[in-house]
Amino acid sequence: MPQTLFEKIWQQHVIVDKGAEALIYIDRNLLHDGAFHAFGALAKEGRKVRKPRQHLATADHYVPTSGREKGLANVVDADAREMIRLFDLNGADNGIRSFGMDHPQQGIVHVIGPETGFTQPGITLTCGDSHTSTHGAMGAYAFGVGATNLKQVLATQCLWQKKPKTFRITVDGKLGSGVSGKDVALAIIAKIGTAGGTGHVLEYAGSAIRALGMEGRLSVCNMSIEAGARAGMIAPDDTTYQYLAGREYAPKSKLWDEALALWRVLPTDDDAVFDREVSLDGSAIEPTLTWGTTPEEALPVSATIPDPASYTDPNKRAHAVSALQYMGLTPGMKLTDIEIDRVFIGTCTNGRLDDLRAAAAVLKGRKVTVQGWVSPGSTQVKRDAEAEGLHRIFEEAGMEWRASGCSGCAAMNGDSVPDGMRAASTSNRNFEGRQGKNVRTHLMSPAMAAAAAITGRITDVRTLT
Amino acid sequence: MQPFTILTAVAAPFDMANIDTDKIIPARFLRKLRTAEKGYDPWLFYNLRFDADGNERTDFILNQTPWRNTGVIVAGPNFGCGSSREGAAYAMLDWGIRCVIAPSFGDIHYANEIQNGMLPAILPEEHCATLRAQIAATPGASVSVDLESQTITGPDGATYQFFIESIYKERLLLGLDDVGLVLQELPAIEAFEQRHFAKMPWLA
Ligand code: SF4
Repeated sequence: MPQTLFEKIWQQHVIVDKGAEALIYIDRNLLHDGAFHAFGALAKEGRKVRKPRQHLATADHYVPTSGREKGLANVVDADAREMIRLFDLNGADNGIRSFGMDHPQQGIVHVIGPETGFTQPGITLTCGDSHTSTHGAMGAYAFGVGATNLKQVLATQCLWQKKPKTFRITVDGKLGSGVSGKDVALAIIAKIGTAGGTGHVLEYAGSAIRALGMEGRLSVCNMSIEAGARAGMIAPDDTTYQYLAGREYAPKSKLWDEALALWRVLPTDDDAVFDREVSLDGSAIEPTLTWGTTPEEALPVSATIPDPASYTDPNKRAHAVSALQYMGLTPGMKLTDIEIDRVFIGTCTNGRLDDLRAAAAVLKGRKVTVQGWVSPGSTQVKRDAEAEGLHRIFEEAGMEWRASGCSGCAAMNGDSVPDGMRAASTSNRNFEGRQGKNVRTHLMSPAMAAAAAITGRITDVRTLT
Repeated sequence: MQPFTILTAVAAPFDMANIDTDKIIPARFLRKLRTAEKGYDPWLFYNLRFDADGNERTDFILNQTPWRNTGVIVAGPNFGCGSSREGAAYAMLDWGIRCVIAPSFGDIHYANEIQNGMLPAILPEEHCATLRAQIAATPGASVSVDLESQTITGPDGATYQFFIESIYKERLLLGLDDVGLVLQELPAIEAFEQRHFAKMPWLA
């Protein structure tokens, strides 16, 4: 029977099938400094990590992004200091490879997985973080879990799971200039809604997706969870293999050839059937950004703020009313008239080298009018960007160039936006208070965030030539 | 884990759709250790419960006298979407909330509730809306949730059938821990690993 990419991987990982649920094997698991709840529970139950080599850990959520060279003493918040200390301790105690705050490979968990080749096509991968969907861009079945399920993966390397349904999103056509993976992701979520993917694994297909580089694909899959999906995937192809070849944990020489033979048969069979399908015209996607407080409240940059009265769904209407109040916006207002106070470029959605290049290309030779900072997705990305001189472009434009971490995305390390300010952010969540108290977040691509930094308001990057 | 059988408790209506886990517990509290003495309840819905000076907001439902003992939340669609933080389940549980009734849930949060012995009961939106209207009209009214028969009884005595997968129902009724359930299959797991890593040795 013809199968989808997801079904092939699922089938290869089922250990026990009970119909209603299956025990599936987890090939690899990523850990970050928020994993202490799971380690705590594991220790309390007197259990051990069953396969330490199947795990890789990095400190990202709580690490500071400025003054890093000063070490732990520089972390003023006692709780955050304790998180970073616990991170090092848990890794060492359990024999897990760990990239601590000062490690040259430290970075955001969803950046270092692909970057080190730990993430590979055809594998099952978990992490105690919802944006684990990112790794599906390499053709893996990757999904986020809570602390108790994470403890289970540590203790058993397996999870009981109900088989999700499949949902293909096809984006055909050529993306316009100034339109990136982030814009595609926001356009998709605006179309299917934040609950549109619930219970499903998404597969992104179509010529516009195929044409994206690995980094753009990672941005698209990253946002799958914002559509409520368990995971997002893209079939591996030459783009994937070229990206992966030679990376630290990727198979080498003869094993590489063996792996490649297995990976090449993973893509969805021609007549495989999905539970749901949706398609979008890629050539019609404009630079897109959010105006409200969920990622589905997104619109093309040329649009105006909608009138909640025009919504037929009462839940959506009520949400829009409260979103407009929180965001301090009025119906009919042009998105490009919204003034912003802060700009943040980075995160597991948009902190990779291509993202920084796109932002730098806009900022080159210009000056920003609002404060902002750039936090590379990993220490490796930081080195690569510096080798290209991108840091100088950011600094000369007037933006701060920082160390790598989650930073202002969830602001757990203290990098929050000041109370009540409005931010143009390349992150993935615009929930109330996500980036700081009363902070109003507009999600957009790195190029759009850079354009906003220059003009001080939401700006169509295509008009800045 | 405490088994879940029948729960009769004060129910609070949350009309809004898409209540994300950032709302249920803001990220800054996730670094707190959770112990038997000090649970996560002080941070439940923190930004909605307290103003900038840390004073209770009187207009927030859980701050109003009849709802201080809330044990059940009746919510709108997509409850618990967003971040995977299990702190959202901890905060509700430590406050005393053991059941959330909603038309749909965020996937990871749904699993987190189950893993903590909480019942995420799926009920069609029209029934959720009726229940929310009733409990809003009679502050402090209770609802009864019976997991065995999968029924919810509203304050007016009307009963509704809710949905839960049989696999999760069984775990909740018995208070079963998943690690134990997995380790029962250890021989099968080891056999699987042998085959799997023989084929893909680079993953071992
Ligand atoms: S960058 Fe943001 S979304 Fe990504 S892992 Fe960190 S906190 Fe989560």
